[in-house]
Amino acid sequence: MNEIALLLAATLNAGTVLAIAALGLLINERAGVVNLGAEGMMLVAAVVGYAASVHSGSDVLAFVAGAAAGALLAAVFGLLVIWLNTNQYATGLALSLFGVGFSAFIGQPYTRERLSERTQFEVPGLADIPFIGPALFKQHPMVWIAIALTFFLMWWLNRSRSGLILRAVGESPESAHALGYPVRLIRLAAVVAGGALCGVAGAYLSTVYTPLWVEGMVAGRGWIALALTTFATWRPIRVLLGAYLFGGVTMLQFHLQGQGVQIPSQFLVMLPYVSTIVVLVLISSNAAWIRANMPASLGKPFSPGG
Amino acid sequence: MLRLETRPTPSSTFVLASPLIALAATVAIGVMLFVLLGKDPVQGLQMFFWEPIKSPYAWSEIGIKATPLILIALGLSLCFRANVWNIGAEGQYILGAIFAGGIAMGATPDSPRAIVIVILVAGIVGGMMWAAITALLRDRFNANEILVSLMLVYVAEMVLSYLVYGPWKDPQGYNFPQTVTFAKPTQVPRLFAGLRLNIGLVIALFAVAGMTVFLFRLFRGVQALVGGLAPAAARYAGFSSRGALWTALLTSGGLAGLAGALEATGPLGQLTPYVPVGYGFAAIIVAFVGRLNPVGIVFSAILMSMFYIGGELAQSRMQLPKSITGVFQGLLLFTLLAADTLIVYRVRWKSTAGARIAGAKA
Repeated sequence: MNEIALLLAATLNAGTVLAIAALGLLINERAGVVNLGAEGMMLVAAVVGYAASVHSGSDVLAFVAGAAAGALLAAVFGLLVIWLNTNQYATGLALSLFGVGFSAFIGQPYTRERLSERTQFEVPGLADIPFIGPALFKQHPMVWIAIALTFFLMWWLNRSRSGLILRAVGESPESAHALGYPVRLIRLAAVVAGGALCGVAGAYLSTVYTPLWVEGMVAGRGWIALALTTFATWRPIRVLLGAYLFGGVTMLQFHLQGQGVQIPSQFLVMLPYVSTIVVLVLISSNAAWIRANMPASLGKPFSPGG
Repeated sequence: MLRLETRPTPSSTFVLASPLIALAATVAIGVMLFVLLGKDPVQGLQMFFWEPIKSPYAWSEIGIKATPLILIALGLSLCFRANVWNIGAEGQYILGAIFAGGIAMGATPDSPRAIVIVILVAGIVGGMMWAAITALLRDRFNANEILVSLMLVYVAEMVLSYLVYGPWKDPQGYNFPQTVTFAKPTQVPRLFAGLRLNIGLVIALFAVAGMTVFLFRLFRGVQALVGGLAPAAARYAGFSSRGALWTALLTSGGLAGLAGALEATGPLGQLTPYVPVGYGFAAIIVAFVGRLNPVGIVFSAILMSMFYIGGELAQSRMQLPKSITGVFQGLLLFTLLAADTLIVYRVRWKSTAGARIAGAKA
């Protein structure tokens, strides 16, 4: 029983990394921009956040530094695709390739650094409840922030004026432009917000989840987060649930290894990647459903007046 | 205010000038980076642009690195022209190495020399099979090829890791994760005595010629091009976009698999978890910088090989992390995409006052 509680706790923790990154990507995709640079942004943010934590000892500063790094890279990407109309796929890919190299380059001294003692979080009283306590109330606050962010985005995208404008930009940039909205600036803001959240996810990974800096440590989570937005048909709540599902798959591999299951570890490590392909196939085979939910201008450039 | 004006026709000058502008920008950023790190920028540039080409030995090393880059980038250029986003060439390369290694492991010192051909064909088959998964899932289930091909890279890495840690581990290898060293007859023939350069480069150059003919002279090549550039026109002409998808993915998978086989039986001579070194990703940059043109790819592969060797030299002689190679590779693609804007647009300086007068007249 207690073991299942721990597995549940670990699942929520692993899912949080994916959820924060995917919710960020959801924002820029709702505005019509696909950023394949998620993996690169998360890697750079992971090392920048780790460095900030090593030097300052503060987790909060690590998240702020990670968010800033992600936002900065996303801004460069945004300027290229939104103003220079470069191909979104190619530019995002460039960002990912650059991020892999750049994070390894600046991160080299930090592979030897270790973080100070990690704080244990628990909600006084509630953490002692059997089963639910260890699963839910001994979590890093970021787990709760991810849940709050999900509900905020649900409200924001459906009920707030600014959220609806963002969606209008993603559905029909021409109409939004005709109504006088600054389409390019809104898209840039969305891209930067997406990058900042990918950055927070990267910093969480290196400073709380692991906590270590290892070259290439994001290990495809940026790409899985990109897949998650499609799985979730661009709905925040489904992104969160999907992220927990994948967090569960990741944790299952450690659990099975702990149980002494006789499967070579490599096949367990494969699980999240194979599951991504399987879910992608299941969801995408209904092409009409994907098309109906996808922001109509996703991936398409927009130039006002031309 | 700077404004972008659409050119009446894309500029062919800038198609060729853009990679040079990108290279110049990357070098400029590189010089700044060296200065920032307190290193001598002249020495830095020497490591990347002179040392790798100053002797026959150096050129042989360039050739060894350029071979897989050329082969993989040729296949990717076909994919990108057909608007198929295969970014999992690294996985197809690994499967090529695995298939080739599987045969090479069984060879003995008495095996006939022709076994090399069997090994290379096995590599091609391995790469094609891995790419076929992506093609099938795209074709049959509409699954996004970017994500599927990329996820398959991680899966391929784990398959390789399983084999070299498990069933294929050399029993006499002191428990290191590696296969036996392949027997002598499996080695790809070398071109010159004393140099590591092997016949793989010749194969790659034949592939360049083959791809040039395919793309610009053959009907199927035209179909792939039209299918990528104008899907509606392709449908109207009765070309099948499914055909283009399969052709592009199987060709690029086969070429990446061939590259993996050549690497496994050439410079490596055994399988280890370190077979994948990122050629499949670097080849994406090679393809774009080479303008998706077979001949252009040869030049950009040489440049990219110089980046690799320069990075290794910068590590041993200037105490810089080897990953500086990745930084420059990424920067090159970034600056290239920015410079490519000049192909379609012209930059015009417009004063705001002038714009207002023009507006008033209209």
